[in-house]
Amino acid sequence: MTDKPQAARLRVATTSLAGCFGCHMSFLDIDERLFDLVQVVEFDRSPLTDIKHCGPCDIGLIEGGVCNAENVHVLREFRRNCKTLVAVGACAINGGLPAQRNHLDLGDCLQQVYVQRDGVEDGGVPDDPELPLLLDRVHPIHEVVRVDYFIPGCPPSGEAMWKFLTDLIAGRTPRLSHPLLRFD
Amino acid sequence: MSGQFLFDGRPVPFEEGQTILQAARAAGHYIPHLCWHPDFAPHGSCKLCIVKVAGRHVSSCAMPAKDGMEVESNTPEINGERRALLQMLFVEGNHFCPSCEKSGNCQLQALAYELEMSSARFAHFYPDRPVDASHPDVLLDFNRCIFCELCVRASRDVDGKGVFALTGRGIRKHLVVNAESGRLADTDFSVDDLAANICPVGVILKKRVGFAVPIGERKYDGQPISKVAMERGE
Repeated sequence: MTDKPQAARLRVATTSLAGCFGCHMSFLDIDERLFDLVQVVEFDRSPLTDIKHCGPCDIGLIEGGVCNAENVHVLREFRRNCKTLVAVGACAINGGLPAQRNHLDLGDCLQQVYVQRDGVEDGGVPDDPELPLLLDRVHPIHEVVRVDYFIPGCPPSGEAMWKFLTDLIAGRTPRLSHPLLRFD
Repeated sequence: MSGQFLFDGRPVPFEEGQTILQAARAAGHYIPHLCWHPDFAPHGSCKLCIVKVAGRHVSSCAMPAKDGMEVESNTPEINGERRALLQMLFVEGNHFCPSCEKSGNCQLQALAYELEMSSARFAHFYPDRPVDASHPDVLLDFNRCIFCELCVRASRDVDGKGVFALTGRGIRKHLVVNAESGRLADTDFSVDDLAANICPVGVILKKRVGFAVPIGERKYDGQPISKVAMERGE
């Protein structure tokens, strides 16, 4: 009875929108510190848990930009549920590699890939109703919802994410500077 | 007239004709800059070297030092304004560091690190700026141009060739090549020109050497630009 009651663990959700899961892989580079982390946090929706929808959370980590209608729904679900929303990696922050199509016409892109490409016969642009509609441009997530913090990098290093998360969890203002702050 | 002024509260001596930036650097104080270069006259366009003197904002690269001035430079207010200028430069062009071979050697990127810019904050323009790969030895990637005119000045004033120019106004301003065809291959531009070696960002790139120095061992990887620039006199 003399034991101090254990503080409730913070809930953390993560997802990848128009990303490559590279930021998630880099997050795993915190290696055995994951064990320290799960002492103080509990994972909600994340590729690590396979939970499909986000409940009320303290921290949401978003990898990837917004390239289709489903990304918009997922991002808004995260913003509704997460007290602190964090853009992780180049794609979430400035669109990244997927945004390199932004100065091209989307219809031309689809025609080129699914119809005109060498070796494609009887091609056609996929139109299954299950497929989310593409947006005409790829957007950084801060153009769609309010974002509290940004962790740049392609991907951010495990060290950078560890520094950021330990700052945030300890109640300090997260701060990344040289050499942890990198855009590549 | 020589004398001294206060730079962030510390006395800095100066000689007649020195600008605030020159005197501050001579005394070991770094001021962020992009369009300024020690070998060229001040250009005053990037405004990164902005400082506050007697409550007014001035470009320290162009403002002559005066006795008794009180200059504010490395303050949260001024650095916040410099960060906003960087953010505007980042959204105006296509600055996609992960695919840029200048990454780690780029002054724009290094200054963004220096000023702890974690996002570009504003809405990205994503302009369409096709590259010019026509020259056998040099690639031009206009996506990254910040209009500092260092290549324009170097080519015109030092190389004596006038290969580059800025054209258009306001948001339509852009870098062009001075040839009938607009292609770099149709000029007498050479990889040994000063203009080929002065770009602070990743517009003018030598072919076949892009990753000779690997990411992680580059100019601003070990130390921030505030240290590198002072040590190398850049």
